[in-house]
Amino acid sequence: MIADWPILSLTVWIPIIGGFMVLASGDREANATKWTALIISILTFIVSLPLWFAFDSSTSAMQFVERVPWVPAFDVEYYMGVDGISMPLIILTTFITPLVVIAGWEVIKYRPSQYMASFLIMEGVMVGVFSALDAMLFYVYWEAMLIPMFLIIGIWGGANRVYATIKFFLYTFLGSVFMLVALIYMYFQSGNFDILGFHTLKLGLTEQILIFIAFLLAFAVKVPMWPVHTWLPDAHVEAPTGGSVILAAIMLKIGGYGFLRFSLPITPDASHTLDWLIIGMSLIAVVYIGFVALIQQDMKKLIAYSSIAHMGFVTLGFFIVFIISQNNAGSGAALGVQGGMVQMVSHGFISAALFLCVGVLYDRLHSREIKDYGGVVNTMPVFGAFMVFFAMANAGLPGTSGFVGEFMVILASFRADFWYAFLAATTLIIGAAYTLWMVKRVIFGEVTNEGVAALEDMNHREYIVLGTLAAAVLLLGLWPAPLVEVMDASVNNLLQHIAVSKL
Amino acid sequence: MQFDSTQLIPVLPEISLLTLACVVLVVDLYIREEQRILTYAITQIGLILTLGVTIAVSMPAEQILFDGSYIRDPMSDLLKMAILVISFLAFLYAKDYLRDRGLFKGEFYTLGLFAVLGMMVMTSANSFLTIYLGLELLALCLYALVAFDRESPRGAEAAMKYFVLGALASGMLLYGISMIYGAAGTLQFDELAAVVKKGDLNQLVMIFGVVFLVIGLAFKLGAVPFHMWVPDIYHGAPTPVTLLIGSAPKIAAFALTMRILVDGLSELHGGWEGWQGMLIILAVLSMGIGNLIAIAQANIKRMLGYSTISHVGFILLGILAGTQEGYTAAMFYTLVYALMSAGGFGIVIALSRKGFEAENLEDYKGLNQRNPWFAGMMLLLMFSMAGVPPTVGFFAKLFVLDAVVSVDLTWLALVGVFFSIIGAFYYIRIVKLMYFDQPSDETPLTIGVDTQVALSLNGLAMLFFGLFPAGLLSLCSSAIGT
Repeated sequence: MIADWPILSLTVWIPIIGGFMVLASGDREANATKWTALIISILTFIVSLPLWFAFDSSTSAMQFVERVPWVPAFDVEYYMGVDGISMPLIILTTFITPLVVIAGWEVIKYRPSQYMASFLIMEGVMVGVFSALDAMLFYVYWEAMLIPMFLIIGIWGGANRVYATIKFFLYTFLGSVFMLVALIYMYFQSGNFDILGFHTLKLGLTEQILIFIAFLLAFAVKVPMWPVHTWLPDAHVEAPTGGSVILAAIMLKIGGYGFLRFSLPITPDASHTLDWLIIGMSLIAVVYIGFVALIQQDMKKLIAYSSIAHMGFVTLGFFIVFIISQNNAGSGAALGVQGGMVQMVSHGFISAALFLCVGVLYDRLHSREIKDYGGVVNTMPVFGAFMVFFAMANAGLPGTSGFVGEFMVILASFRADFWYAFLAATTLIIGAAYTLWMVKRVIFGEVTNEGVAALEDMNHREYIVLGTLAAAVLLLGLWPAPLVEVMDASVNNLLQHIAVSKL
Repeated sequence: MQFDSTQLIPVLPEISLLTLACVVLVVDLYIREEQRILTYAITQIGLILTLGVTIAVSMPAEQILFDGSYIRDPMSDLLKMAILVISFLAFLYAKDYLRDRGLFKGEFYTLGLFAVLGMMVMTSANSFLTIYLGLELLALCLYALVAFDRESPRGAEAAMKYFVLGALASGMLLYGISMIYGAAGTLQFDELAAVVKKGDLNQLVMIFGVVFLVIGLAFKLGAVPFHMWVPDIYHGAPTPVTLLIGSAPKIAAFALTMRILVDGLSELHGGWEGWQGMLIILAVLSMGIGNLIAIAQANIKRMLGYSTISHVGFILLGILAGTQEGYTAAMFYTLVYALMSAGGFGIVIALSRKGFEAENLEDYKGLNQRNPWFAGMMLLLMFSMAGVPPTVGFFAKLFVLDAVVSVDLTWLALVGVFFSIIGAFYYIRIVKLMYFDQPSDETPLTIGVDTQVALSLNGLAMLFFGLFPAGLLSLCSSAIGT
């Protein structure tokens, strides 16, 4: 029985140990190193596939559970398992990483072994974050993520990389240490660090609100939500392409995942009491950050702000459920959470693809400024087609994955309050405006300068990467049912859980 | 006084070390300059032998000897082992440095070994007199070692400061001891604990005594506001001596605190009237000022000095919790800190060479290009000091925070994590210099094989204990006696 294998451990440790192997192999045989990294990342993806295929979507219980004591004196366990919420995000992680490895193939000249190793170690640690069911194990993975990302931005990043990476590190570190204190506090209430045990832990409203704020600091920085989003544009702009892809596609999702795994079920009453705060911050992210994206001159910055706006949809979907259930709108609540989840996966594909597109251009002209481009489609027709496709997906064109999540969340918001839905729906206009305007200026029109005139179209490597992502975006856009089904039981269980007050 | 030879068995580690120090002293007189390596070899082999003896005489039961002035219990066993291992590392890292600079003299080893002996006496003291004896033995050796490089005016200045301030601290300690003796009528910790428990003594004198004791301890630990000597001494002493001062003596200072406050005065623990309140003030100030001022340092030895101060704050957090878990956590933190500190200064030594001290932060620029392996080790050490998982520094902080939250001092835990964010900045600045900047100095590193192996083990230990902290933790908790 395949479900008896320690698949989660394999998915965590194959890339980490492989990463150290790559690190040890050094840069003398750079090609062999890259191939090793690619093989390890593909192997990890294959190993993680049983999580999807052997997954029992009829239950909300944790599956593929592994549980052994780790630090017995403090009741810390090596306790991992997945449900319908975390499993798709793990597959997303293992799916994106090989693409990142391929994307860095020729571009990274300085110490490629360290580059590849950082991404592999990062992959294992991120899978660990999604699968940890012990709060301390979760925290260890959560913080360990910072080290490789710190190095990726700092070593291979752009001109202002040091500022960006230190800001990134301190911002996220600041957010998470207060979560640590909250976790320790709950340890003394419940007697162990079992996250599922925390879910059923009785807590008073004041306690809940304090814990909720501690979690909010950690997750809001990670998502990132307005007003603690300022590290993201810096980090994105300065990070190498691969770093931006991992940041946008996966690391931001960890914040969203945190809300579902910690904030909502552990502090349902505080979440209910403070839902206006989150909804407000989400709507500001959707509308205000959308306008901010409109005026960006730098393509990466534009996509970074668009990421913040799209993640606003995710948090909106998660916290709107309280208002919907007050209105007795039945299944609408599930729609909000599921919409948020679909949006997370979809945004993982689309933002990764857009950053890779910018990477393709950047590798050729070493500029991210919109004004340095124009008429790219004349010299790079295939690339132009891909970029337009992903831009459309980013703007939420029906048929692409970008539409599904946004539509579900807007639908859910309608059941809550017309004005929420109205504000959320403005994204369809603003999003289209900033994305398509960028495409217009970069891709279409006359060839504006000699650099663009000399561009060569995509090579096989880039073709494989973008082609895979385009297929994923289309598949999820046309046929989202499997994803929704997989998470259905877990989401409903979560909603039933938070409908019961802990007071 | 009854005396029989079996009483000597628990003291065998000290006897063996004393013999070793004397052998080194004598042998060194009769060998030529180029044979000095022999002195080094005897020292190291002797330390390993002493470690073996310590393990051999260790047992779960506690033994009190020599009319109650000496105690051998699991805590002293573990701390002695740690002191010996760390000292072994310190001597190993120091060897090449001393040889390159014409400081490779027998006195370094003699003084160093007597310092180690002082530390061991401190960990096993059961009365104020014994503990003072060990403390002064340690301190006198260190005063001399700080001035070991006779040519260095900065070393001489540091030694002078260290001596004056150290003497002041000893004075405070003695004054406190005399008051406590006056009130309680005993110098022995176990008897003192019994007397205090009965409560039949002059509380005012006791409290005054405790205040002076805590001041003396804070001096020795380097806690704010009695920390002034730390950065100057760390900076002024030759780096191997800084390593010697900055690592194992912290373990001894921990033992000193545990023996006096916990073995002797645990009844006076509670609240703001007891020593808990004093330690809270010391801990908060140490974490705050240590971390804040470390940011402004351009010299790595000073920076690590201030970092020590902030780590002492964390160790005090564990002790002031006043529970078995708290003491265990503080002990775990102390051992981990000694290991981190040894590794950190080990790297500083390894990057230095004849005529060049890698003291400024700029000297770490581009280390990843010059030597990726040791850059990686320093990375592990720095993240461990910052307390970022999966390194062991995180667990050290976690256990202490756990202990503090368990006694309803959650606000202190918040203060602790807040300052550790500030602390993270200067540690990752080192990582930034090593990884993100171009080297300004391209000289290839020449590091001896033994140092390479030891430094690698030291760095990887951060990762190893970070992934498997349970073993070390259970050692600590059985040493504390839970």
